[in-house]
Amino acid sequence: MKHLLDTVSLSREDAISILDIAEEMAQVSEREVKKLPVLRGRTVVNLFFEDSTRTRLSFEAAAKRLSADVLNFSAKGSSVSKGESLQDTIQTISAMGADALVVRHPGSGTPHRLAHTGWIDVPVVNAGDGTHEHPTQALLDAFTLRRALGGFCASGAVKDGPRGRGLDGAKVAIVGDVLHSRVARSNVHLLANLGAEVHLIAPPTLLPWGVETWPVTLHYDLDEALHSEEFAAVMMLRVQHERMHESFFPNEREYARLWGLSAARLAGLPKETFIMHPGPMNRGFEISAAAADSPRALILDQVENGVSVRMAVLYRLLTGQEETND
Amino acid sequence: MTDYLIRGANVLGQGIADIAIKDSTIVDPDLLDPDGSDVELVNADGLIALPGLVDMHTHLREPGKEDAETILSGSRAAASGGFTCVHAMANTAPVADTAGVVEQVHRLGRTAGYTEVVPIGAVTIGLEGQNLAEIGAMARSAARVRIFSDDGICVSDPLLMRRALEYVKTFDGVIAQHAQEPRLTEGAQMNEGVVSAELGLPGWPAVAEESIIARDVLLAEHVGSRLHICHVSTKGSVDIIRWAKSRGVEITAEVTPHHLMLTDELVRSFDPVYKVNPPLRTEADVTALREALADGTIDVIGTDHAPHTAEHKCSEWTAAAMGMVGMETALAIVVEAMSDYDFDYRDLARVMSATPARITGATGHGSLESGSSANIVLIDPNSTHTIVPADHATKGRNNPFAGLEVSTSITDTFFYGHRVFSGGELSTPHPAGASWTDQ
Repeated sequence: MKHLLDTVSLSREDAISILDIAEEMAQVSEREVKKLPVLRGRTVVNLFFEDSTRTRLSFEAAAKRLSADVLNFSAKGSSVSKGESLQDTIQTISAMGADALVVRHPGSGTPHRLAHTGWIDVPVVNAGDGTHEHPTQALLDAFTLRRALGGFCASGAVKDGPRGRGLDGAKVAIVGDVLHSRVARSNVHLLANLGAEVHLIAPPTLLPWGVETWPVTLHYDLDEALHSEEFAAVMMLRVQHERMHESFFPNEREYARLWGLSAARLAGLPKETFIMHPGPMNRGFEISAAAADSPRALILDQVENGVSVRMAVLYRLLTGQEETND
Repeated sequence: MTDYLIRGANVLGQGIADIAIKDSTIVDPDLLDPDGSDVELVNADGLIALPGLVDMHTHLREPGKEDAETILSGSRAAASGGFTCVHAMANTAPVADTAGVVEQVHRLGRTAGYTEVVPIGAVTIGLEGQNLAEIGAMARSAARVRIFSDDGICVSDPLLMRRALEYVKTFDGVIAQHAQEPRLTEGAQMNEGVVSAELGLPGWPAVAEESIIARDVLLAEHVGSRLHICHVSTKGSVDIIRWAKSRGVEITAEVTPHHLMLTDELVRSFDPVYKVNPPLRTEADVTALREALADGTIDVIGTDHAPHTAEHKCSEWTAAAMGMVGMETALAIVVEAMSDYDFDYRDLARVMSATPARITGATGHGSLESGSSANIVLIDPNSTHTIVPADHATKGRNNPFAGLEVSTSITDTFFYGHRVFSGGELSTPHPAGASWTDQ
């Protein structure tokens, strides 16, 4: 594994290996000194062409806990905003000595392109590209689900955690704007590959043309889906503000009424069903406060596990090793 | 001018014969003394002779984007690709929407002397889709423009399209439509399909092309005008065009070599060399296009040769420019694409020379009959080679066929009797300068 660009080409073995390494990394997060010396002297560059405080901080924390040096490059205020080309930006960063690139970009495929052009020869981690993929988000979701469904504490250090396992047989619903969601794409491939049964629930306007070819079950009607299926987890997707006035649906009220996880729908869910959301949430829109703050919500566990999973990815790509020597 | 006796060529693949060129005209070989001092013998053993190719659709970029291509470099690319006549699209800077600009393009083409450069005029001022450009002035200019197109942009306003179709009847002109419904393709980056769904690139649905073609076919029928559809790319478009022809609508259609050969699966590489408008479609579309070319539903090959500078292609997919070069590989690619069909050299001459010449009124092209202007291409059908874009005469390096092995190559191009491409190498331009079309 040289890069982590998507989950569609990630093998089940590699995915489980990353999740298992992340279990080791979660142990570190509980220590008094939350650091491993494994990437000492290595430089990880966070290259963010799109605003994202959460993901950047998560990657930064992950790299620092592995003792790597971190350089943050954000497009705003940089030469990119003055018209510098991607090639020049990358070659400049390469000349400064990067050992790994963590890339977020508004255009689908940009991390893939960086990994294959020869402008720079270091591992590339896709931190979200356009509406394509966000593989570390899917990995942290899978990690959280594997914990929760295995009956373990959903985050933090766990002795004898669920190592070696997939998500076989788990029924997971992903609800909302699938069309514009890189999180949904990454999760569909990863969760299915780990053996989960993935259901997509969305208005037809927010499903991509050709979605029938995906390894999923489709529903348009949220109530009908929740009534007919018993989901182990329901993952609500964020609907971005700019979509709200492009006629994907009549208005916010109708969307919330038909596809939001309201308090009433929450009450109708089986007690065991977990609630997930990749954040940031639109409370009162796709998810009610009751659902977001419910004891069944794994939303903050997802955030916490994000650091462990990203540590595992950086470790795996930069050392080429399968397990820590801790 | 040198006279030529082309010996042993397989003419249109129909049999070995000699072709004689005297005073820039094809004549009966008996009229030429092979031992005459001013006659050059050309050994064409094993070569196929076709009439010089005619391209209805190129972008020569001059004026305004001379770093991407000039009329001279584009003309040299044309000669290397066997084209003795190319039509230059109007989306230059300034736009070819006045007599002044089209005359400039026409004059630069004559000065270059490698191919006949025929300007296409814009339908609307500045390609803005608001007001008709001075179509009549361009038609009556020295460039004698007959084809009008906002190519790159669709004439999406139905009323404006109707008016344009009607207006060009004044001089038997043709509107060449770039069929792309703008609202259905906002932000579009690639064909809308299974691949775009997975890659998360905004999709460009087939219906955005087909709905415009359907509308324009009905408009052309209603007003009795000539309509040409540029770069048809979908199976549904083929069906609509077939239906329109069965009704007797005066419609002609074009397909590019790349749409006959490549599919959207290539976009998985995110390499912008595969980014083009209209986008690469699916295998089913490619098959439908090949069948339509074979059965005559699609009339012509147009290369949509679209050179771009490296900085517009060496970028991320979403920032890259759309377009591919293709004049120098067009014939070889069409031969490969059509190899499984009942499609011989006469068909090749029909779709790449005679029919485009007829549609555009390029009277000096399209025929090897005695008395025709000596616009001839010789091709070697057994010259397997690998496509190397860096070796091409065009400035554009955005050729999607790099590394592909093809069987056919151009060996010679005779342009109004002058051998502008000789033995696989570019030669000298036509010595008569600006006067050949006046002959």
